[in-house]
Amino acid sequence: MADKVIYAMYDDDDVLKNGAKKLVSKGVKINEVFSPFPIHGIDPIIGVKNTRLGIMAFLYGLIGLTLATVGMNYFMIQDWPMNIGGKPSFTYMDNMLSFIPITFEFTVLCAAHGMAVTYLIVNKTLPGMPAQNPDPRTTDDKFVMELRLSENTSFSASDLEGMLKDTGVIELDQKEI
Amino acid sequence: MEFKIANKAKMLTVALMGGGILFLVIGLIVHMGDDNFLTRLLSNTLINSFFFFSIGLGALFFLALQYATETGWYATVKRVIEGLAGFLPVGIVLMLVALLTLAITSGGKSGDYHVYTWMDSAFTTEGNHHYDAMIDGKSAYLNQAFFWIRTVVYMATYYLFYRGFRMRSLEEDRVGGTEIHFKNYRKGALFLVFFSVFSSTSVWDWIMAIDVHWFSTLFGWYTFAGMWCTTMTVLVMLVLYLKKQGYLPKVNDSHIHDIGKWTFATSFLWSYMFFSQFMLIWYANIGEESTYYIQRIEDYQLMYFGMFFINFAFPMLILMSRDAKRNAGILLFVGLIIVVGHWLDVYIMVSGGSMGASASIGFLEIGMALAFLGLFIRVVLTNLTKAPLTPINHPFLDESIHHDI
Repeated sequence: MADKVIYAMYDDDDVLKNGAKKLVSKGVKINEVFSPFPIHGIDPIIGVKNTRLGIMAFLYGLIGLTLATVGMNYFMIQDWPMNIGGKPSFTYMDNMLSFIPITFEFTVLCAAHGMAVTYLIVNKTLPGMPAQNPDPRTTDDKFVMELRLSENTSFSASDLEGMLKDTGVIELDQKEI
Repeated sequence: MEFKIANKAKMLTVALMGGGILFLVIGLIVHMGDDNFLTRLLSNTLINSFFFFSIGLGALFFLALQYATETGWYATVKRVIEGLAGFLPVGIVLMLVALLTLAITSGGKSGDYHVYTWMDSAFTTEGNHHYDAMIDGKSAYLNQAFFWIRTVVYMATYYLFYRGFRMRSLEEDRVGGTEIHFKNYRKGALFLVFFSVFSSTSVWDWIMAIDVHWFSTLFGWYTFAGMWCTTMTVLVMLVLYLKKQGYLPKVNDSHIHDIGKWTFATSFLWSYMFFSQFMLIWYANIGEESTYYIQRIEDYQLMYFGMFFINFAFPMLILMSRDAKRNAGILLFVGLIIVVGHWLDVYIMVSGGSMGASASIGFLEIGMALAFLGLFIRVVLTNLTKAPLTPINHPFLDESIHHDI
């Protein structure tokens, strides 16, 4: 489906934030904002949902916990019983204290790496992936707001541009996708 | 906005103190003839004095930490932290009374039981049938004169810093500017230098010396972590209470979330210290070190590990999600439970060393804890009435009002 995208560029994050507030109050849906750094408080204005990365971190942590427990039980107790700290009881429970540091480390390792990789995949920013932002200047000192016509059916393109011009944009651009 | 103590809160504190004293008297009468009576009584004064004193001290430490790091978010709850730290003068008096009573009763001697065995001269006099070479060997450090010099130095330092912070905080309300802020910054850093040493050594003197043969280098940090955790838990509950009463209009969900995070994080810190101390001693398995745990596991097995489970698992599992840390009901539920958990921690630290298997929780213990709790709440609430609940000229006040995470 052909869609028209309007890019509005700002040179100040506060101007962009106030502009976004004004547009949203008029019923405009803002699809995305590109910025060189996180803009504090922009999420609730443009309606970004809370991230679920934390839930994934918990699940990765659980996976790490399970892997570490199963692994150590096999290596140290079942396959080749080890005399641990002079306490050769050969059961996992009795030697549990010595396994806890490794369990902890492995849980953290899995949670952290899982979270980082998930983040890169969800944002499509794995190394070598093409850049998503419309203008390279948004990695430097400019901020871009993206509106899609298909999400704002009650407005025409010129309506939207008119409203954007009132919010202090420095550049306006349109693109067909 | 000026804070006024609600009648309900006044009645609650009076009821706690009255009920506590009633329970205490029943306990005193019931246990009057017991072998360990005096040790039990003095152990309990030490437990409760130390527990509530350490909440005040934890608040003072937390305040100094915010000053030294020039933190912005906390400005709207600063007066609440000061209110908690304001228990310190009372806590110091309680601690001094508890320690002084112990000093004049040969370390709380009752039958064969002692709180501070080293204070009983029978153990350090050569030729006496109680003579203990290990205790005598420590007498260069553990003797009454040096003990009191140290105790007075700790208390004087804490009190002077508290008074300075409070004075400057009230002065800032009147004059504003940044000069006071930078003075607080320097004094806060200086306090942390003193506190980093004193937090360990004071606990060696007051708590670790109960198990006089035993020592652990982690003990100071372990107790400090417990104290910090209790302080943050009490702080979050107090802020929630004040918010419910309609005070602190500038405190938003983000502040509550942040203090909730502190509760969560310090619970982990405490558990980490507990485990580190426990595992190293378990692994090394040296008789001199493991005696502390063998005794506690034999005499307090359920309470000891139950206390660890509560203080570790409850905050971890319940407070992990973002929404839980923003929910007053959940914070209050977890907070109440882990405050009791940390009281039990102090209880086992002291009673395990002083009375061993003969310790039990009865009217005396509950009564005294309730009476101290009533006094604590009353003193803290009274402190809050003495200054505006939101600082007027704090340089970071604006940042704090717009705090958003």
